Amino acid sequence: MSIASRRRAQLTVLLGPVSLFLAVFFLGPLAIMMVTSFLAPGLYGGVEWTFYPHNFGRILGFADPMFEDFDPVYIAIFIRSVKIAALTVIAALLVCYPAAFCIARLSERWKNFCLFLITLPFFTSLIVRLFVWVLILRQTGLVNEMLLSSGLIARPLDLIYTDGAIILGMVYVFIPFMFMPVYASVEKLDWTLVRASLDLGAGPIRTFWRVILPLTAPGIVGGAIIVFIPALGNFVVPAILGGAKVMMLGNLIEQQFLAARNWPFGSALAMMVMSVMLVLLLVHVLASGRRGTDAALNR
Amino acid sequence: MQDSIVRLEGASKAFATPEGGNVTALDAIDLQVRRNEFLTLLGPSGCGKTTLLQAISGFVELDGGRILIDGEDMTDRPPYRRPVNTVFQNYALFPHMTVGENTAYALEVAGVAKAKRREQVAAALKMVGLADMEGRRPRQLSGGQQQRVALARAIIARPKLLLLDEPLSALDKNLRQAMQIELKTLQHELGISFIFVTHDQQEALTMSDRVAVLSGGRIQQLDTPRAIYDRPVNSFVATFIGASNLFDGRIDGERLMTSDGTQIRHRRSPSAASGAATALIRPEQFFLADGDERFPTLDVDLEAIVFVGSTFELFGRTQAGRKIVAEIPAGRRSLIGDIERTRRARLAYDPAAVHLIQPCAEA
Repeated sequence: MSIASRRRAQLTVLLGPVSLFLAVFFLGPLAIMMVTSFLAPGLYGGVEWTFYPHNFGRILGFADPMFEDFDPVYIAIFIRSVKIAALTVIAALLVCYPAAFCIARLSERWKNFCLFLITLPFFTSLIVRLFVWVLILRQTGLVNEMLLSSGLIARPLDLIYTDGAIILGMVYVFIPFMFMPVYASVEKLDWTLVRASLDLGAGPIRTFWRVILPLTAPGIVGGAIIVFIPALGNFVVPAILGGAKVMMLGNLIEQQFLAARNWPFGSALAMMVMSVMLVLLLVHVLASGRRGTDAALNR
Repeated sequence: MQDSIVRLEGASKAFATPEGGNVTALDAIDLQVRRNEFLTLLGPSGCGKTTLLQAISGFVELDGGRILIDGEDMTDRPPYRRPVNTVFQNYALFPHMTVGENTAYALEVAGVAKAKRREQVAAALKMVGLADMEGRRPRQLSGGQQQRVALARAIIARPKLLLLDEPLSALDKNLRQAMQIELKTLQHELGISFIFVTHDQQEALTMSDRVAVLSGGRIQQLDTPRAIYDRPVNSFVATFIGASNLFDGRIDGERLMTSDGTQIRHRRSPSAASGAATALIRPEQFFLADGDERFPTLDVDLEAIVFVGSTFELFGRTQAGRKIVAEIPAGRRSLIGDIERTRRARLAYDPAAVHLIQPCAEA
């Protein structure tokens, strides 16, 4: 057997299990969802096996003229979800970027300790942690009690069940996901380049925009994508901190599957979310691919 | 006063060590760099030469003393407000910018108009021999080319002073030698002062107008390369620059007597006719004695004879066991044949060439 074919055999053996697992438990269900999204909903749940593009029509404006109306509420929810996810990304970045610089300057021991602290929340249940925020934010919660007793406000503020509460919860949940890629690029930033910039007459602010930011951009973009995608489809945070008042895509999809029993419409919504993410990923891959070939050329 | 571009007055700096101690990097250094001068800071690692450079560029804040550049007090000015640019050891080129953008950086920051910038970038790159490379990325260039870009980037804004932090240490030997000559030429063309940091004594001797030898945070000697080589003020300078044979002893008239009984003759009339002193004989000042009685000699048992091309290096010991290094031109092969057979050599020297280091100079 030639070396090349032995290589190939080795690769097949090594990659076989994971490929099989992904094919059965990821691609399979995905295909089912995709097919379902083009079928008609059954009267009492389930699906009718007829081609029915109006699931997408209900979202985008060509609803089935017989049974359903086009309702812009779905697009509104879509836009609101994108907005909340985007704000989550921005807020998480504002927290993580400066923190990454602080931690990157610590000694090795303190660095590791801080990284451990950042991953610590993973060891506790997400639901429990979110309910703690309910206790903090509700009308009789910690924040309101403190503000009331200090006399700063006369009656409790509406903190919980708002977009703000959802973004706060999302940022809280996704901080580790943002922090890790941002930290990775901040830590390997070459500080002699910063010195070179200062030496050539650029002040601290210009040095930040011209040198520090571009050189840490890959981490920022990576973190933004890693946070944006799950934030867009998240339904736990809006369910707990948004109450019934704020609906996001994740909740809508969950509701279509479990409450309204309209599987095809739920699938169509899920497909829409996925296509947005795919477009985002594609842009990222193309952009970093160009950087990659650039780098390869440069060698 | 006005002929010096940089003036350091009592510049001091100490660093705290992780063990809780203090290391003196700069010990009240006074230094004046002349206009249009190529000055080299030479010393072993940890001697304070890089700290001194960074104090001038503004990256190290002094504990005490002042720095004046062109008559202006720079002591409390941040690096980006000093008329000084640096060529960094690892070049520190911005990887996300092209060669042209890298070179133009200082001009861009200073707000120079685009058309003028392009003109100056082209001129600067041409000066360092990199015309038509503007569109490349630093990673597409070889080490020597990156070096040149770093140079072009640092000189484009016409600083009053260019600092070079061991810029040649990453290059291979041939390229390094070529760059040494180019740097010297460039300095003449630009007409600005260069302060060059290195631990390579050859480099320091080749390029500099003056060399400052540093050790322990102090300038041990500041002089022309030849003066430093021929008349070192102390044994540190003597051993750090070039190979040397040092004889510690007491002066007795025209002789220096060491404790092991070796006698070295000299012609220098030291201020004190007697007292402790160290005699220095460079290896190339020895020659093989040919019976001529005019020159004093040392008998040496040879341990190794090394052929290095233009010379033979002889390593041996005197009867008293003192180590001697000598360098004999390789032209006279017959003489070498003799000593190779006998493993003994009678080395002669000219007393006029012996340099005496007096302990009083060793402050």
